[in-house]
Amino acid sequence: MEFGGLLEATIRITVPILLATLGEMIAERSGVLNIGLEGMMLTGAFAAFVGSWLTGDPWIGLALAVVTAMALAAVFSLFVVRWALDPIVTGVAINVLALGATGVLFRALTTDTGTVLVASFPEWPLGNLARIPGIGPALFSQNGVGYAAFALAPLVMVALRFTSPGLLVRAAGENPDAVEAAGGRAAVVRLLATLVGGAFAGAAGAYLSIGYSDTFVENMTAGRGFVALAIVVFARWSPLLAVPAALTFGLAMALQVRLQGHVGPGGGVPYQFFQMLPYVLTLVVLAIVPRGVAGAPAALARPWRRSR
Amino acid sequence: MMRARTLLESAWSRQLLLLAAALAITAALVALAGRSPLAAGQALWNGAFGSAWAFSNLWTKTIPLLVTGLAITVAFRAGFWNIGAEGQFMAGAIVAGSVGTWSHWPTIIHLPLVLVLAALAGAMLAWIPAWLRVSRGALEVISTIMLNFVMLYVLSWLVHGPLQETSGAQPIGNPVASSVALPRLFGGGTTLHAGLAIALSLVLFAHVLLERTETGFRIRMVGASPRACEWAGVPVARTVMRAAAISGGLAGLAGAIEVLGVLGRLFDKVSPGYGFTAIAVALLARLRPLALIPAALLFGALEAGGSRLQQDADVSQVLVLVIQGIVILATLVVGLAARGRE
Repeated sequence: MEFGGLLEATIRITVPILLATLGEMIAERSGVLNIGLEGMMLTGAFAAFVGSWLTGDPWIGLALAVVTAMALAAVFSLFVVRWALDPIVTGVAINVLALGATGVLFRALTTDTGTVLVASFPEWPLGNLARIPGIGPALFSQNGVGYAAFALAPLVMVALRFTSPGLLVRAAGENPDAVEAAGGRAAVVRLLATLVGGAFAGAAGAYLSIGYSDTFVENMTAGRGFVALAIVVFARWSPLLAVPAALTFGLAMALQVRLQGHVGPGGGVPYQFFQMLPYVLTLVVLAIVPRGVAGAPAALARPWRRSR
Repeated sequence: MMRARTLLESAWSRQLLLLAAALAITAALVALAGRSPLAAGQALWNGAFGSAWAFSNLWTKTIPLLVTGLAITVAFRAGFWNIGAEGQFMAGAIVAGSVGTWSHWPTIIHLPLVLVLAALAGAMLAWIPAWLRVSRGALEVISTIMLNFVMLYVLSWLVHGPLQETSGAQPIGNPVASSVALPRLFGGGTTLHAGLAIALSLVLFAHVLLERTETGFRIRMVGASPRACEWAGVPVARTVMRAAAISGGLAGLAGAIEVLGVLGRLFDKVSPGYGFTAIAVALLARLRPLALIPAALLFGALEAGGSRLQQDADVSQVLVLVIQGIVILATLVVGLAARGRE
């Protein structure tokens, strides 16, 4: 199995998962458990496809994906932050809604046209680095969103740890009453953090549809949003740890595709076992991360309402 | 005047109101997709009520929704967010599609055996996320969804491999034995089968369990306030695991009933998403077992009607998912309105 190809596949699968993970971390650090992540990714993927199709410009597709996913995040916040309703039921509804709405609109758009290929993000090779055999094409010949995903990890860490908005986000996740006591508005902080998380999810979706493919497929997220939710736990709410954690899953998924190609039917392990690998890995991760690990925001997923 | 107001304030008329709102938003989406909401509505109606076959199909689709709806109800009442009814349904279907094919067994032993094993399979599958939550604090939302994916591929492997029909022609299982096949209730090629009786008995079982037994009381208490339970000495962990197992068992039964009554053998896709639709069904019924009957009928009608959407109105069948999503959100808003009055 050639190393370069595997690395390239790993990176491509990792990018959207990493972006979604980072966005979810921001929301969760503010105390909001965004179960609607999967739906926001899927909506982003669809919006990016539509934007790129209508204008021929993938960057407009990206912008549309970000805005649409943020709109969905705003709806989620209205229910979960403003009205303090259950984040799980709300999230399930958002996911079902996104799956249905993108399906209906996608089929309506493409009934007469068949498969539509749209403009995808251009690759930006980094000079000679991209020519390093093996790792060059995989690491240094990505598109803008791919580079951004990896660059955002330390940026999110710095923003959360060393800036005053970051402090507010963390405070809202640990003790929203303290934010209020200090004269801030915990609900507003949570709303904004969820919106930023939605923007990340939208970009993650855009990478799926117009990043490493150039079209939209119904339900193309295929559970990646939920995988990202598990990676947040695995990475212990640390944006820096999110990179190796997401890469682990990316590698598992890339291996799954490869092994499937190498082990023919009738010979050895059935391909379905490789297909279930990422999901089994998620379960294993949930089973080995002990209860109450350091890092989980104290007020995570606790409905909170301002006391008068 | 007074009567109109009480009608508006009664919980069930609010449910009707939210349904109307859900349908209105769905119609708007159909219009946005450039299709006729009227044609879509007509297609739905014809698919559910247009003929004797359609009407029997409506009831046939109601059966799995009713039983998976019960599964969701028991779990949600305990505050266990089981999104894995779909996978548990598949586990039960696999049992029915394998154990159910054994020949030369008398019905009186074979049928109960299949149903009990199917319930056990579903219960075991639900027990894993419950254990992960209780001992590891892992969110059951994630783990149940992961198990859905795992079961999807297990089922695919089984029908392509160990459980494939003897001739090996198609990726499907062998037909179930006549000793366990649930008889059709009416002739004329209609699909409604004796599983309806099992489903209705299960509704009664769940109603009695939740409202009349100590286990049910504990389940409701754990769901309402886990902290109060700790103070009162109610074992939260054990109750959650028990509720999860009952929930998974019910979903497993639903899968077995579907194979024994409708499909007749194991398929790659045994469920069009009943385990997910069940969430909307259960929430619309406000997590009350008896109220599940009208709620499941409604979504059974949508499911049956949905089969005509593509052909008659050029609208994708996944439109039904949009209605589900909006119904769930609308139930939340209605709950909020009720909270505001307290």
